[in-house]
Amino acid sequence: MEFERDLHLDATELRLGLPGTATKQSSEKQKPNSNLAKSNKRSLPDMNEESAGSSRENSRTVSSNDKKSHDQETAPPIKAQVVGWPPIRSYRKNCLQAKKLEAEAAGLYVKVSMDGAPYLRKIDLKVYKGYPELLKALEEMFKFKAGKYSEREGYNGSKHVPTYEDKDGDWMLVGDVPWDMFISSCKRLRIMKESEARGLGCAV
Amino acid sequence: MGPNPKMRKEFFDSTRSSPFPDEVLERVLSLLKSHKDRSAVSLVCKDWYNAESWSRAHVFIGNCYSVSPEIVARRFPRVKSVTLKGKPRFSDFNLVPENWGADVHPWLVVFAAKYPFLEELRLKRMAVSDESLEFLAINFPNFKVLSLLSCDGFSTDGLAAIATHCKNLTQLDIQENGIDDKSGSWLSCFPENFTSLEVLNFANLNTDVNFDALERLVSRCKSLKVLKASKSISLEHLQRLLVCAPQLIELGTGSLMPELTACQYAQLENAFSQLKNLSTLSGLWEASAPYLPLLYPACTNLTFLNLSYAFLQSHELESLLCQCPHLRRLWVLDTVGDKGLEAVGSNCPLLEELRVFPADPFDEEVVHGVTEAGFLAVSYGCRRLHYVLYFCRQMTNAAVATIVQNCPDFTHFRLCIMNPGQPDYLTNEPMDEAFGAVVRTCTKLQRLSVSGLLTDLTFEYIGQYAKNLETLSVAFAGSSDRGMQCMLEGCPKLRKLEIRDCPFGNAALLSGLEKYESMRSLWMSACNVTMNGCRLLAREMPRLNVEVMKDDGSDDSQADKVYVYRSVVGPRRDAPPCKWMKQAAVMGHQRIKIHPTMNCHPGPMHPVKVLQKQEAPGHLTCSNLLSSIIRFPISSSYVHELANNGVCLLTCLNDAYILGMAKDLKRESSGAIQTCEHGGGPVVPVLSPTRLLVVPTMKFKPEIGLRSGRTGLRWAGFSKLRNIFVVNAWEHCVSRT
Repeated sequence: MEFERDLHLDATELRLGLPGTATKQSSEKQKPNSNLAKSNKRSLPDMNEESAGSSRENSRTVSSNDKKSHDQETAPPIKAQVVGWPPIRSYRKNCLQAKKLEAEAAGLYVKVSMDGAPYLRKIDLKVYKGYPELLKALEEMFKFKAGKYSEREGYNGSKHVPTYEDKDGDWMLVGDVPWDMFISSCKRLRIMKESEARGLGCAV
Repeated sequence: MGPNPKMRKEFFDSTRSSPFPDEVLERVLSLLKSHKDRSAVSLVCKDWYNAESWSRAHVFIGNCYSVSPEIVARRFPRVKSVTLKGKPRFSDFNLVPENWGADVHPWLVVFAAKYPFLEELRLKRMAVSDESLEFLAINFPNFKVLSLLSCDGFSTDGLAAIATHCKNLTQLDIQENGIDDKSGSWLSCFPENFTSLEVLNFANLNTDVNFDALERLVSRCKSLKVLKASKSISLEHLQRLLVCAPQLIELGTGSLMPELTACQYAQLENAFSQLKNLSTLSGLWEASAPYLPLLYPACTNLTFLNLSYAFLQSHELESLLCQCPHLRRLWVLDTVGDKGLEAVGSNCPLLEELRVFPADPFDEEVVHGVTEAGFLAVSYGCRRLHYVLYFCRQMTNAAVATIVQNCPDFTHFRLCIMNPGQPDYLTNEPMDEAFGAVVRTCTKLQRLSVSGLLTDLTFEYIGQYAKNLETLSVAFAGSSDRGMQCMLEGCPKLRKLEIRDCPFGNAALLSGLEKYESMRSLWMSACNVTMNGCRLLAREMPRLNVEVMKDDGSDDSQADKVYVYRSVVGPRRDAPPCKWMKQAAVMGHQRIKIHPTMNCHPGPMHPVKVLQKQEAPGHLTCSNLLSSIIRFPISSSYVHELANNGVCLLTCLNDAYILGMAKDLKRESSGAIQTCEHGGGPVVPVLSPTRLLVVPTMKFKPEIGLRSGRTGLRWAGFSKLRNIFVVNAWEHCVSRT
């Protein structure tokens, strides 16, 4: 369906896989697509052609194309920052920036992505006391069911499996290590499709 | 019997148009506060005009360049209070270059002479220096109220001067300015016997203040009603301040973060419960959950709660809102999410104003913040809502339609869908119908900001329905010139129009010729307007100032940022230097005298008038020349018109058309009009004209254009030449003696 194509679900498909393998090719493939889609417009190229504002954006915006394509995980086209947009007074902007940096230093913020969803979420691991709480929050956020976790079989009976990338760059099943160790080593979370998650976790 | 017939005769013999003596009229008119009413009143007749002028105590100047301080002082001799606004609003978003202008100092100088008893000054988006603040402090002995909002150019040294010298100060309100924050010692500058302060807002500042000085100040100013502290004030400090000032009506806390002992907590709780009269609460920097309950006892009478710097979660907001049954205005961060806004809908039935700011506006990868669901929830619960500012990442046409059905009384509807040009996320259609619903349903709408993917249809709706609209902000919207035309043709009360990144070009700009004089200002940036278009506008409308700000490295013909505003004082002299403001042309070794304006509007007849007129030389200086130069293409039909009026085109250069009176010349040829291509070749006239009219083209640089040798004109043939007229937007003329 055209609608689905515009959502770049195929791009999301390409994102799957362990880092350092398929992603390189996917990011290569992704690059021309995102450059085609005019910056600052959402993923609907047809609409973009009609609204004539797009052609001017490129000369005025700071392009973060290069930076984004490396950790390419999002489906929508690259959004570059436009001067003076969104319209927030400098004073407020500066306060929020400072506060954001502080909060990120104070909390344990990790990005959470789910296969098939165009946007990431960010959560603060510090607010959760253990795995059950975390899983419940994730399920609520992304509207899925994680299934039952067992050490031997991983997550049973569900289409989605919560995984995370640790400090060493390995992708682990959420729940494999004690909570404290998890908190200190988790860099990002990813809710994988069950089919992709085979091979992770203790069960081989 | 009846009244004394002699008196009655005198009464009816009065040649006055008003039966009241001046004093009575003035007394009546002095009861009028609204400056719009006063403007209307002053138009009734001369007597009323005079009475109104004499009785006006407060003057509001929405654009500091629309008028001069001298004119203001001449008309209103007894002003005590001035509100002055400077830069275009988009300067808040870094779209206006530094040093653009809006310096308050020239105003202060005039006021010092004409209004030595000035009491109040409120400035918005003005450039204010420490010297100006010191000048203000020293020259106005009755000065009472200073409010600086979104200004820049000063430091805490300026504040120190105010504190030191203003013995009668009642209000010091410093908000959201670009201050050079050097230190908090300015607070110590208030003399020990100074007790008149009623309003103190220094939330803007970041450095530590001298707390002891602040505490002493607060305790001796018994009339203090408003205290808004900066981040550096800790909870412990706050407790000590509150103990001194339980009479506060508005409080801005400092940081809510540092640790408190149980004892300190109890003391602070007690201090808050003493604030029986609190109607406004703000600040709350780094509000952390454990300390929010401290605020509860002070919330009973709150009507305005400003949480826009507090990163709250939905449940924290809900608990707080439960304590505020009378809330009318609420500002929050979008960290509260849709759930938090549901709590707003449930707990704030009296809410009239809601502002939701984005906590993380630039991280586009992550979904957070609020959606249409939150806005909907508020609209169901808060039917009195009339002011909204809402930053979100997704919206639907259906949601907006429902929202305005629930709340048809909107006067201010500012919706910012943060991703430019984003459609309805459910239907993928443009957001035209959303704003159509807004303007159709909300007949009282005064201010509108649109966003999302919008075609010209939105502007058709706006033009058709938004009959009370005064301020309109448009970004990344529209499909063609027609969009802007609809706005300009349709909205009778439009005063301020700001447009950025839209496909509106010269046709759109020029369609508003008739309109701009009834507006305060027009801003257009990153649109399709060219320098030609701007100059045409400037030429056609001499009472408009047309300012173009160019970005570095942009094409010569593009008008990157255009700011158009009406003015009774003509172009300003303090615009930042641009490459067109050069010295007038030098012809060989001779100096050029400038002739004053001749008020000629270009058109087919005018060059003739110019050439036939004999003007006495005036005394304008070279630097006044060339603030702007007309560029307009001369078409062949125009040339024919000229020919019919005895004017012929002598030569056409890269940068100027040179016209002369045909009768002054002897032509070798049969006298056919020379039509040249733009930039085409030189034609050398044979005889000696005494006057020439130069109509510059786009690339005209007068210091080069008229220099012999460069132009192709052979000056030998011009030995009798006395006057060269260069036509430009302000009709200044250059002549060689």
